[in-house]
Amino acid sequence: MSAHENEEKMILDVNNLHASVEGSPILKGLNLSVKPGEVHAIMGPNGSGKSTFANVLAGREDYTVDSGSVSYSGLDLLDLDPEERACEGIFLAFQYPVSIPGISNAYFLRSALNAVRRYREESEVDAVDFLQLVREKMKLVGMDEKLLQRSVNDGFSGGEKKRNEILQMAVLDPKLAILDETDSGLDIDALRIVAEGVNALRGGDRAFIVVTHYQRLLDYIVPDHVHVLSEGQIVRSGDKTLAHELEREGYSWLESGHAREKTQEAS
Amino acid sequence: MSEAEELQKLADKEYEFGFVTDVESDSLPPGLDEDTIREIVRRKGEPDWLLEYRLKAFRHWQTMEDPAWAKVNKNVVNYQDLIYYSAPKPKKQLESLDEVDPELLETFEKLGISLEEQKRLSNVAVDAVFDSVSVATTFSDKLAELGIIFCSFSEAVKEHPELIRKYLGSVVPYTDNFYSALNSAVFSDGSFCYIPKGVACPMELSTYFRINAAGTGQFERTLIVADEGSTVSYLEGCTAPMRDENQLHAAVVELVALEEATIKYSTVQNWYPGDADGVGGIYNFVTKRGLCKGDRSKISWTQVETGSAITWKYPSCILQGDDSIGEFYSVALTNNFQQADTGTKMVHLGKRTKSTIISKGISAGKGQNTYRGLVDIKKGAEDARNFSQCDSMLLGDRCGAHTFPYVEVRNPSAKVEHEATTSKIGEDQIFYCNQRGISTEDAVSMIVNGFCKEVFSELPMEFAVEAQKLLAVSLEGSVG
Repeated sequence: MSAHENEEKMILDVNNLHASVEGSPILKGLNLSVKPGEVHAIMGPNGSGKSTFANVLAGREDYTVDSGSVSYSGLDLLDLDPEERACEGIFLAFQYPVSIPGISNAYFLRSALNAVRRYREESEVDAVDFLQLVREKMKLVGMDEKLLQRSVNDGFSGGEKKRNEILQMAVLDPKLAILDETDSGLDIDALRIVAEGVNALRGGDRAFIVVTHYQRLLDYIVPDHVHVLSEGQIVRSGDKTLAHELEREGYSWLESGHAREKTQEAS
Repeated sequence: MSEAEELQKLADKEYEFGFVTDVESDSLPPGLDEDTIREIVRRKGEPDWLLEYRLKAFRHWQTMEDPAWAKVNKNVVNYQDLIYYSAPKPKKQLESLDEVDPELLETFEKLGISLEEQKRLSNVAVDAVFDSVSVATTFSDKLAELGIIFCSFSEAVKEHPELIRKYLGSVVPYTDNFYSALNSAVFSDGSFCYIPKGVACPMELSTYFRINAAGTGQFERTLIVADEGSTVSYLEGCTAPMRDENQLHAAVVELVALEEATIKYSTVQNWYPGDADGVGGIYNFVTKRGLCKGDRSKISWTQVETGSAITWKYPSCILQGDDSIGEFYSVALTNNFQQADTGTKMVHLGKRTKSTIISKGISAGKGQNTYRGLVDIKKGAEDARNFSQCDSMLLGDRCGAHTFPYVEVRNPSAKVEHEATTSKIGEDQIFYCNQRGISTEDAVSMIVNGFCKEVFSELPMEFAVEAQKLLAVSLEGSVG
């Protein structure tokens, strides 16, 4: 299949992406293609560029794209502001969800939903319809309704914050969801609940990029593809068994210079 | 559009209320001496006792120095260059709104205060003060049926001299400070309100202040007396045209709450703040003080200060009656080159008196924001309580926030709590909102509104909405 034909079916096509943070290069030629409905896991040691990649896709200001291209649903993603990307259906579940004191979770979420709907030239959702929608989605992620009236992430436990991210995802209904280290700071029960929420949202054309250091999340969110990121490049790709292999071997093999070799073997 | 461009566009937006109304005005020449005061009295047809009061205040003022202790940089005000009296013509006594100059009515329409509308529909009685004089008071007749007096200060001097003589200067004596002395000497109008015994005022009372003429100082006087067991909620709003000079606004507000009376006083202050380079803007040097004279009385100040080049004021409570309560809720926002030094004084005299202070300072651009407050528990204030919370938020890295909480306790049974925080509006917070589809502008205003929530919830409903909008406008162009 030629690259051109491939593009037609891709929701995301990342081509030779170079990006830096405060002048130091982090991503050094990253390539990745994601089709609608697929779940891709990006694994790799600390400092390999996983979170940078997630943030570059979402358009965070401190991350500078130096070269390369990212096409998303036929759009030049790098040309869009963060809020435009969000409105176009990109959702980033944050590693460290931010708190906004004094603003209720419900108000925040409705503002976000209506911003997205205005962008799509859809009518805004009134308070009654919103409440109905959000209640339904809260069941999906097993979240206590009391959290709706609390300030956004303010005084939430680690598990509540991550569940809140998944609730937002459920309400905003993205086409491409990026989970940045969603497992960090979660005990096993919280992890399971969050993963169940994500699994409930799988299906149809919605694609996922799951960024994680550990394999354990992938026991619950089983990926279609696993990629290993090292020093800003994807050095190895495979199916879900690759994650288990990494669990056994760790990332030390990356340093031994076999990385490139192994990628070639795999492809 | 990039974030920077968008913010630039917003920053270029002008002060919405900066227009000048083309009305003929009848002004005194600039300058201040005893003859100026005599002329004000003559034009207003005031009685001798008021002339005497003004002259005493003026003579005292001449012995005082322009104070310099506030944490603000200000230009020297030349008091001989100011115009002390300016009234829109014609200056005859108005019988109804129909007689008000249509240009003036249009001005208030532009400000969103339709006096015509107000008269018919809303449940707010308005007194509109244009430059030095009150141009229209709505609902006076309806209020009069309940015995409530709500009129311009000038009218009150004529119609209710016994009340004015009894209470004028009883809370803020002219000797209090430099600006209260000046105001006492030259004040030209303002609002007066009296709520009789046991009456709960059925509507919000509101005064809208507008400075129009160039080179004028505005010195209005507000006096509210709530008799035993009465309640009243009073709102005050202010705007001014854009001018390159610093115009002085030195008002005095006095509140008196007798036994079991409650006064709630809310201000949304949006005087012209000066331009983005710090040229022009109002000097808002106001003395506001309430006396909880009777037992179980309560005075609550809520202020949202977004305008003025310099805001310098401390709405305070003297808690004289036993079990009386004082409250102060404040949001002060400084953008560009604006400066604010504001806070409150809670003076506890009576037993079991309680005070609450919630202050939210927001600094953006090169704005400087200072909270200065005094909690003063006197010897006889058995079991007094105070809770103070002063939070500051910084937008950007060129602004400043300062907190000076003074506490003086002379009674060992007192319980005083103080909390203070300073936070920076995070790029993290803005990006988080952006990533959920919310624009930067909406994100900033959402985050700041969240920060101010405890204060906004104290405002009457419509005012709270106005305050939120005002905050959003004042913040435009503040991040980037």
